[in-house]
Amino acid sequence: MKKLLIGNAAVARGAYEAGVRVVASYPGTPSTEITEEIVKFEDVYAEWSPNEKVAAEVAIGASIGGARAMSCMKHVGLNVMADPVFTVSYTGVNGGLVFCVADDPGMHSSQNEQDSRHYAEASKILMLEPADSAECKEFTKSAFAVSEEFDTPVFIRLSTRVSHSQSLVELEEKQDIELKPYEKNIGKYVMMPANAVKRHVVVEDRISALKEWAETCEFNKTEENGSKIGVITAGISYMYAKEALGDSVDFLKLGAVYPLPDKKLKAFCDAHDTVFVIEELDPVIETYLKSLGVTNVKGKEVFTLLGEYNPAMIKKAVLGEDFAEFTDLSEAIPARPPVMCAGCPHRGTFYVLKKLGLTVSGDIGCYTLGAVAPLASVDTTICMGASVSAALGMAKARGAEFNKKLVSVIGDSTFMHSGITGLVDIVYNKGANTVIILDNSITGMTGHQDNPTTGYTIRGEETKQVNLVALCKAIGVEHIAVCDPFDVKEFERTVKAEVEREEPSVIIAQRPCALLKTVKYTGHCKINDNCKNCKACMKLGCPAISIRDNKVVIDRTQCNGCGLCVNVCPFKSIEKEGN
Amino acid sequence: MTKNIMIVGVGGQGTLLASRILGNTVINEGFDVKVSEVHGMSQRGGSVVTYVKYGEAVYSPIVDKGSADVILAFELLEAYRALPYLKKGGKLIVNTQKIDPMPVITGAAEYPADIEKKLADNADTVLVDALKLAEEAGSAKAVNVVLIGVMAKSSDIPYENWVETIKTTVPPKFLEVNLKAFELGYNY
Repeated sequence: MKKLLIGNAAVARGAYEAGVRVVASYPGTPSTEITEEIVKFEDVYAEWSPNEKVAAEVAIGASIGGARAMSCMKHVGLNVMADPVFTVSYTGVNGGLVFCVADDPGMHSSQNEQDSRHYAEASKILMLEPADSAECKEFTKSAFAVSEEFDTPVFIRLSTRVSHSQSLVELEEKQDIELKPYEKNIGKYVMMPANAVKRHVVVEDRISALKEWAETCEFNKTEENGSKIGVITAGISYMYAKEALGDSVDFLKLGAVYPLPDKKLKAFCDAHDTVFVIEELDPVIETYLKSLGVTNVKGKEVFTLLGEYNPAMIKKAVLGEDFAEFTDLSEAIPARPPVMCAGCPHRGTFYVLKKLGLTVSGDIGCYTLGAVAPLASVDTTICMGASVSAALGMAKARGAEFNKKLVSVIGDSTFMHSGITGLVDIVYNKGANTVIILDNSITGMTGHQDNPTTGYTIRGEETKQVNLVALCKAIGVEHIAVCDPFDVKEFERTVKAEVEREEPSVIIAQRPCALLKTVKYTGHCKINDNCKNCKACMKLGCPAISIRDNKVVIDRTQCNGCGLCVNVCPFKSIEKEGN
Repeated sequence: MTKNIMIVGVGGQGTLLASRILGNTVINEGFDVKVSEVHGMSQRGGSVVTYVKYGEAVYSPIVDKGSADVILAFELLEAYRALPYLKKGGKLIVNTQKIDPMPVITGAAEYPADIEKKLADNADTVLVDALKLAEEAGSAKAVNVVLIGVMAKSSDIPYENWVETIKTTVPPKFLEVNLKAFELGYNY
C-alpha cells in the first residue's frame, strides 16, 4: 500500500518497520514530526527528553541494552548532543542506533544554517542522506541493519524540504527483530583512556571498511545518460537537479554522504569533461573531490553557499538556460514576517518590558518574536539557554546598575532544556539577575509538545510535573514571583520590584499558549466611541489591530477576544462583545 | 506533464488542510504526487507557501518562478507576492480578503493599492470573496475549502472525487460545514 507521507513520517515508518524499540528526542523544527509520528506505533517506547543530549544518551543506553534505538533532532540540537555522539562512535552499538538530524537550509525556523555533514566526518560516523519520503523510509530502515553490521551509530541527514515534503511511500510489515542479549563488556563500553585508545583503532578500521562498502552500497547510484557533463549530488539537491536537467546529464547520486567512495568518485569524474557538484550549504563533497586530486569539478564557484537551491538556479548554472518566463512586477511588496499570534501570552510580557525600557536577554522559542517591531524588546538571541547565562555575563561586564535594567526571558521548555544550569550559575557566582520564565504550559514554537513542566508525557499520560517554584528555590533563588502577563499593571509592578533587587530573582509569567485547545477565549474585542485614537493598543503589535482611514480598528477574523488590549487602553475604549 | 499548484496565504488560514485535500485527491487519481510545506516559524502569521505537484514522475517538491499552473491565494497581498511564480497562461484564484502584515500595521510600509486590477491585468484571475462564502457555509475557518471548491470546478478531476477526499480528510464534526463550503466554492 502506498501512502502520501512527509519525510519525517516516512523516517518514523522506516524505524518502526525496522523494529525500533526506543525513540528519545527533543522537539526542533524541522525534525519534530518524526517523534510525533513514532508515538502512533503503540509498541515503541517514545519520549520527549528535556534536551537533545539526554535524548541521545537514552537512545545510546537502549542500544547498549540490546534494542534498536533512535534519537531525532534539528541541526542545532546536534550541537547539544555532540558530547555523547563523539564517544558512542568509539563504543559502537549493540542494538542498531540511528541519529536523525534535520538541517534547515534557508533558515525557515532556525538561528543558523550549519551543515551537519561536518559532524559525520568529525565524529567518524556513517551518514546517509535521503532525497524524498520513499528514501526516508528505506534509508532509515536499512540504517539499523548497517549500524549492527558495522557496529556503528548511523546518522540520517534530512533537510527542511525532505522533512516537510510529502511524497509516496510503500508501507511494509514490521520486521520481527529480537532484543539482543546484554553482555557486560568493559573494554567496549567504558571509555576511559586505556580502553578508548584501543577503540580509536577500531573506529579507524571501521571507517576504512565503510569506505569500501560505500563503493558498492545500494545508496550510491549512477545514472548514465551518455553525457559529457556529470553531476554529483545528494539529498534534496538531487531532486532539484533531476527536475532541472532531466536526462541531459549523467548523475552520481550519493545516498551515503560520509564516508565517500574514492574509487567511484574518481571514476565518475574521469569519465566526464566537467563535473558539477550540487550540494546545499558547504562544499563538503566538492572539497573531498579536490582532496582526491580531481580537477574538472565545479561547485561553489557557480553555486551559492547560502540558503536553499531550486531547479531554476541549477539549470542556469549547468546548462546556461533560463527555467521559465515569469511576470516580474517591480513594485516593492511589504514583507509578512511571522508575528506572535493574537492572544499570545508573551505579548503582555514584552509590552511591559518595552515600556520599562529594559535590556532583554532572549532565547529560542515563539518569544524570539519579541524582537520584532513594534515590540522590538529582545536584545539578544543566541541559543537554547543563553538568555540566562549570557545575562549573567552582561551583568558581570557592566555592573550592578546595568543589571537593574536587565532581564532574561526563557520559555518553560527551554528552561528545562538548558536554562537551569545558567540559573545555578547566577546563584552560585553571586549574580543578581532577574530571570523571567515564560510559562505558557507547552513547548509552543515547535507545535505543542509536552515537556517536564506540563505534567504529561508524549503519549498524553499524566506524570510528575516539575514544580518551577520549588526548583528555583532549591537552586537557591529566594525571590520568586508568579504573575499573569495579561494583568499588565501587576506584571509591571512585579518586574520593577524584582530588577531593583540586589539578589537573584525569578518571575514566572504564567498564562497558557492561546492556541492550546484548553484555552477558550470567546467573543471579540471592539473599539467603542470613546476612542481618542491615542494608539496605545497599537504598541502591542497585535495582528488583529490596525489602522484604517486613520482610525484604529480590530479585525474580527483575527481577534480571538483575549482582552489584552482592553487592559492596555487608557480610556476604556475597547470592550469585549459576544461570547 | 507535471501539474504545479501553489497555495499561498497567511499562517493560520488553513492552507495546510487545503494542500492535504488537494494532495489526497490527486493521489487517488493514480498520479505521482509531491506536496511541500514548511512548518514552524512560517505558521505564526507569516507568509505561508505550499506546493502541490502531480504527474507521471515528480522530482522537485518546490515550484519555480514561472512554473505554477494554478495559484490558490488565500489573501490578496500574498497573491500579488506569488504572481511571479505563475506560468504564462496559468490561473490565479484569489480570495479578496486583506490581512495587514505587521510592517503595514506599524506604518513602516503601505498595503499596495489596486492589487485586484494589477492581478487581473497580468493573469487569468478569478477573484472571490471566500470569507463571505465561508461564513455563509457556517464558519469563517472554511475559507480554505471554499477556495478548493473554486479550483475543483476548473480541474479535470470529477466533483465526487473531491467530495470523497473531503470526507476522509476533514474531522467529522466539521464535515457538514466544509461540504457546504466546497459546494459554494464549486458553484461560484
